[in-house]
Amino acid sequence: MRTSILSNAIAGAVCALMLSAPGAFAQGQPAKSPTLDKIQKAGTLNCGVNPGLAGFSMPDDKGLWLGIDVDLCRAVAAAIFNDPTKVKFIPMTAKDRFTALQTGEIDILARNGTWTMQRETELGLLFTATNYYDGQGFMVRKKLNVTSALELSQASICVQQGTTTELNLADFFRANNMKYEVIAFATSNEAVKAYDSGRCDAFTTDASGLYAERVKLANANDHVVLSEIISKEPLGPAVRQGDDIWFNIVKWAHFAMVNAEELGVNKGNADEQAKSIKPDVRRLLGVENEFGKFLGLSNDWAMRIIKHVGNYGESFERNIGAGSRLRIDRGVNKLWNKGGIMYAPPIR
Amino acid sequence: MGATSSTGPTSPSQPSFVRSAMTADRSPPVPTSGPLAWLRDNLFPGPMSAVATILGLLFLLWVIPPLARFLFLDAIWSADNGDACRAPEAGACWAYVRQKFGFFMYGSYPREDVWRVNLTLVAGAVLTLWMLWPDARGRGGAALAFFTVYPVLAFGILTGSPPFPIGWLPSSPEGQIAWMVLIVALFATASTLFYLNRYTGWAIAIFGFIAWSELGSWWSSLELPLVGTHLWGGIFVSLLVATVGIVFSLPLGIALALGRRSQMPVLRFLSVMLIEFVRGVPLITVLVMANTMLPLFVPDSWSPDRLLRPLIGVALFSAVYMAEVVRGGLQSVPKGQYEGAMSLGLSWWQMTRLVVLPQALVTVIPGIVNSFIALFKDTTLVAIVGIFDFLKAVDTGRLDPVWAGPKISTTGYVFAAIFYFIFCFGMSRYSMMMERRHSAGRSR
Repeated sequence: MRTSILSNAIAGAVCALMLSAPGAFAQGQPAKSPTLDKIQKAGTLNCGVNPGLAGFSMPDDKGLWLGIDVDLCRAVAAAIFNDPTKVKFIPMTAKDRFTALQTGEIDILARNGTWTMQRETELGLLFTATNYYDGQGFMVRKKLNVTSALELSQASICVQQGTTTELNLADFFRANNMKYEVIAFATSNEAVKAYDSGRCDAFTTDASGLYAERVKLANANDHVVLSEIISKEPLGPAVRQGDDIWFNIVKWAHFAMVNAEELGVNKGNADEQAKSIKPDVRRLLGVENEFGKFLGLSNDWAMRIIKHVGNYGESFERNIGAGSRLRIDRGVNKLWNKGGIMYAPPIR
Repeated sequence: MGATSSTGPTSPSQPSFVRSAMTADRSPPVPTSGPLAWLRDNLFPGPMSAVATILGLLFLLWVIPPLARFLFLDAIWSADNGDACRAPEAGACWAYVRQKFGFFMYGSYPREDVWRVNLTLVAGAVLTLWMLWPDARGRGGAALAFFTVYPVLAFGILTGSPPFPIGWLPSSPEGQIAWMVLIVALFATASTLFYLNRYTGWAIAIFGFIAWSELGSWWSSLELPLVGTHLWGGIFVSLLVATVGIVFSLPLGIALALGRRSQMPVLRFLSVMLIEFVRGVPLITVLVMANTMLPLFVPDSWSPDRLLRPLIGVALFSAVYMAEVVRGGLQSVPKGQYEGAMSLGLSWWQMTRLVVLPQALVTVIPGIVNSFIALFKDTTLVAIVGIFDFLKAVDTGRLDPVWAGPKISTTGYVFAAIFYFIFCFGMSRYSMMMERRHSAGRSR
């Protein structure tokens, strides 16, 4: 996702103006975070989300927000308040999201933003972790019998104009010395329509988007998303610089969910697991040691997250995986020991 | 002389210029009433019109059957998910609108509390109709309630917080006693004024203030759950933004127009500056400024509510357009009217209120309503600052993977179009009726 130069400039000027809050604290002292203080005083966490992206953040029929980005904010709220509903979801356009984070209007930006260098160095943000590894992929008709993107030589490909997607496509075919015909459209909707009506052999965009578009097709099961990913789009939540404790809280909320999945702790068995003799599990659930204290939270912070929101795998399956309409394959988002790259440092 | 008519032209007794033969009967006059006459007069008065009529009919024949087929015949009226609507032969997916109606109507407002929204909307609709209905009894009372009591109560009902800033009330025992003394003193003053029948307007205002502050204290005992504005959305917010815009833009616009024509240089300068400045930038800029830049300049605790910012922006924006429309009306009032009013010894306020404005406003009713309609449609722009207005709710609903599909999106937009059309067309018809009533005297 790209932003305009203007909004970058505004965000840059804003962070230059802002004095970063001192986040240092003496070793052994419980943490002090201005952001956390403000949130505890207000009683709600302000979370900037995408106004509508299936699987990531979207209001349902009743107006309740659902999605994997939404779950992350709910996890942080659960860790702070033991109540996942104490979140204000503020829909953000791509344009004003960074400014809103800098001005303190939102405390977390969980808006499927791609973690890039420029956003951390120039815009003064910090991405806490990657909660979804996305990347550009291809969708083709099943009856073409194509199993790899490398077999797409001579294919015609529908793509949205003027996006990094179009450039990545050109790079990929040039790197593999293959010929192709590009058919570009002004909007993603038109490109999908053209693909559905048979004007091109393949359609390309970010893989999560491919799955979301697939369910809109007349016969979703006639189409398959190829497993090759031709670009890196690590999506994750961001916080502003200058409050390291807050950065840690958001980061470890995600890591707690990943660690819980790895240790087999889930929404249903969390209470039971607290009696486990496994030291990893005991540390995660706050039965041993005092990891919560140094985040400025209670010791059962991770327990709260797991009981209210669930572990990473549960969140994934519920929102974008097999349990949802999108049915996105876990792919690289599998845990590191299951063949993916989702990896969390240990809690110890 | 009946016999002469039968004699030939050669008859010597008849002058040659008298006609000797009967003229042929003329065909009966074409009917000027009845369906055929109507058809001829309105649809086929000449060859060009006939061609236009036939082309128009062909166009309707071309458009209406597929449209009716899509909207009604092939439409899916009930379904649990979008599968049936994604089928190639399916038409409009009304099942989707039914399923999402709550979201389109209320946004994220908690479903167990939507009675509060319904109550506010129904009360607002009743008051509006009552106020606008020509010849209705007690129209003035309805208008007064709509502009004073209704907003206060609506605020309390919708947010759940007391509609009086009770946070400002003193909390210490001494302070509370002082406050009570103040209330009693105010009450006594107002009663005395009322009894003496002097300054009764002020007395009523004081009573209103006392009632308002008491209402605020009583409200907290209701313990309505608080509903933050971040949960508001849908048609409810669209109507809210439009109503606030309309209600504030007309008086503010009149004030600015009068200020612009004022003899006082400072007032005139300020009015001109505000009008020209706000009119010189797009509404989107005003909204983005209010939403993104405002929090930069004020401390955190001062930062106004996220919904209030676009409300102010929209009201201000439409007020300056309204000011120019009203100024047009003011300029159309002949100078003699001013001079006549002054020669009767009316003060400036009396002259403006009794002579100038009634004439000026009636002249510009089409312009005023035009502004209202534009404002009503411009409310959709608040979506860009993250407010889930009706159109944004429709736009988000169609992304739901359970329902997503091309025809489902179309259905959502058709539904939105119907909603906006009904409101805008209603406003337009109402203004035409008012114009006819007010110009009845002049068109004689």
